[in-house]
Amino acid sequence: MTSAPAVDDIVKSEYEHGFTTEIDSDTLPPGLDEDVVRAISKRKGEPEFMTEWRLRAYRHWLTMREPEWAAVNYPKIDFQAISYFSAPKRPEDGPKSLDEVDPALLETYEKLGIPIEEQKALAGIAVDAVFDSVSVATTFRKSLAEAGVIFCSISEAVHEYPDLVKQYLGSVVPHTDNYYACLNAAVFSDGTFVYVPKGVRCPMELSTYFRINARNTGQFERTLIVAEAGSYVSYLEGCTAPQRDENQLHAAVVELIAMEDAEIKYSTVQNWYPGDAEGRGGIYNFVTKRGDCRGARSKISWTQVETGSAITWKYPSCLLRGDDSVGEFYSVAVTKGRQQADTGTKMIHIGKNTRSTIVSKGISAGQGEQTYRGLVRISQRAEGARNHTQCDSLLIGDRCTANTVPYIEVKHPSAKMEHEATTSKISDDQLFYCRSRGLTEEDAVSMIVNGFCKEVFNELPMEFAVEAQKLLSISLEGAVG
Amino acid sequence: MLSVKGLTANVGDKEILKGLDLEIAPGEVHAIMGPNGAGKSTLSHVLSGREGYEVTGGSATFEGRDLLELEPEERAQLGLFLAFQYPVELPGVNNTYFLKAALNSIRKARGEEELDAVSFLRLIKEKLKILHLDDSLLKRAVNAGFSGGEKKRNEIFQMALLEPKLAILDETDSGLDIDALRVVANGVNALRSPERSMIVVTHYQRLLDYIQPDYVHVLAKGRIIRSGGKELALELEEKGYGWIDAEGQAA
Repeated sequence: MTSAPAVDDIVKSEYEHGFTTEIDSDTLPPGLDEDVVRAISKRKGEPEFMTEWRLRAYRHWLTMREPEWAAVNYPKIDFQAISYFSAPKRPEDGPKSLDEVDPALLETYEKLGIPIEEQKALAGIAVDAVFDSVSVATTFRKSLAEAGVIFCSISEAVHEYPDLVKQYLGSVVPHTDNYYACLNAAVFSDGTFVYVPKGVRCPMELSTYFRINARNTGQFERTLIVAEAGSYVSYLEGCTAPQRDENQLHAAVVELIAMEDAEIKYSTVQNWYPGDAEGRGGIYNFVTKRGDCRGARSKISWTQVETGSAITWKYPSCLLRGDDSVGEFYSVAVTKGRQQADTGTKMIHIGKNTRSTIVSKGISAGQGEQTYRGLVRISQRAEGARNHTQCDSLLIGDRCTANTVPYIEVKHPSAKMEHEATTSKISDDQLFYCRSRGLTEEDAVSMIVNGFCKEVFNELPMEFAVEAQKLLSISLEGAVG
Repeated sequence: MLSVKGLTANVGDKEILKGLDLEIAPGEVHAIMGPNGAGKSTLSHVLSGREGYEVTGGSATFEGRDLLELEPEERAQLGLFLAFQYPVELPGVNNTYFLKAALNSIRKARGEEELDAVSFLRLIKEKLKILHLDDSLLKRAVNAGFSGGEKKRNEIFQMALLEPKLAILDETDSGLDIDALRVVANGVNALRSPERSMIVVTHYQRLLDYIQPDYVHVLAKGRIIRSGGKELALELEEKGYGWIDAEGQAA
């Protein structure tokens, strides 16, 4: 790990990105070809191996077709109309003050209790570096360095730790995996790199919030987390506050690697802009997330709370290769308005006595459309593998839909599989009962929904769980009646 | 406290309440008895604001407010409480959390300060004793997996906590064995006070052995056809509803 940068450096680097005048020329025109891929790599000052890596992906991407099997509808994306590299916006391009920001957005910030400075930052207003957060981040980096944990941007990692990047990048999600992952490999903007050495228990929850340079990672984010034997790390991604973003297509890739006896806990709260009442302008969230339990007794756990985006296409998965390894997936997904989500997980049991747990809670309101799509595969040598799947859907109102599409493939006779699924509606009786005790209809809905999601919230780190609950209540305001 | 005049209400096209009058003063306990289909539950539901009933005429005022134009939660905040005949299950919703939210929402509406977790727990433990309820109830989800007796006791427990001005007990005795009935009735009696009125809706006289009403009303075919003291309940028990029904028709 590089030494912790001094406060000065951080402030200066913010300055650099925020106030230079050459930035306009730093944005590539829309379109994608080999030259664009090379240009991205060059702008980021990448070594030759990365440029080649990207080009290989790009060439393969040309041979692929956009997947159409997901139960979502959207107009065809014109990939030549997207600009694949844009430097951070200048502060004067964003709103000048909170007066210029959509009042609805501000109202949500207010309800979430977000401090005013942070509201500004989220809404895209230039703010001076808040000294507190800088010093927090610095302290934070220092104690990570002491533990030997590497936590930096993936661009930094390419320069500072090329061997680790070479060894692990694309080793869980190869560029050939799927259309969007392949595109990401060719053009990824930035992202996060975490490396936890052997036997180290990461001293704190890692969150991009503390990565000063995490802003503007853009639409093609790339995350790589490696946990060496016997180590532990918990990573938080996202933010409960709705984030403004100019880019409609988000195609991120997340790769997790857990060696022998290592454990990775990955928690996500996703609240990207879902579009207006008709679903216009919302984010398309086409993400590939996969964890590789490479070593024996390793464990990877995905917990997600998904309330945003117009379209979500996401299946955080676990490859259970090590014997006795464990995969978990806990998910709450909300679709309301015109949101569509096709989401679930894949648990691929390869090693002996591997275990997986899937708890999926889908909430559909308004005209939301939601599909749980999950695969549990027990391979030929996965003796003694076990899976428990629980898949519950809660409907609010009568114009939403919920589908469950479980795929189960078992190739070993000793496998134990359980699949439970329920679909329920918030009943008028329940609402009346709560209201007759003095609770408003909205409070009643949020209470019932939070009760429905409890098993998943229990898996989230404490302060995140509280925020997630609040977020859920706010997302479902006005969902009834 | 509560004044109901000429109340008529429909369910769909069917008229259930056909001009009901009822006057309740503070501290009074009124029993409403009547055969199946008389409109007892409809009355409870209309007063507490449940959807699915159309009030076609008459009035109901509570503490000087027009009850019928208030939302159910506003009625609760004013001090009206309905103990359900069939308490509803809320899977995953913790009982303590539910009660605290309910109490604080009522306190807030009354301009009182919300209770913090510590004072709330103290209060709740105190109230548990009245109903001989176990602490473990607090950790469970609201009514989920409760036995019939537990559900009814939980209703009265909620009443003890929310301290309403007017409580409507809708067939609280139904489905209770004699021991559970005694516990529930004792709980209700412990909550009687000069400021608190109650409407005890019941099919059988049995409950009134334990909760002694000041007045007994007989509800039949959507109207109160006879009112009297507690001896009326005994007379009913002896002669059956047929007796009063026949009289009612003759009148």
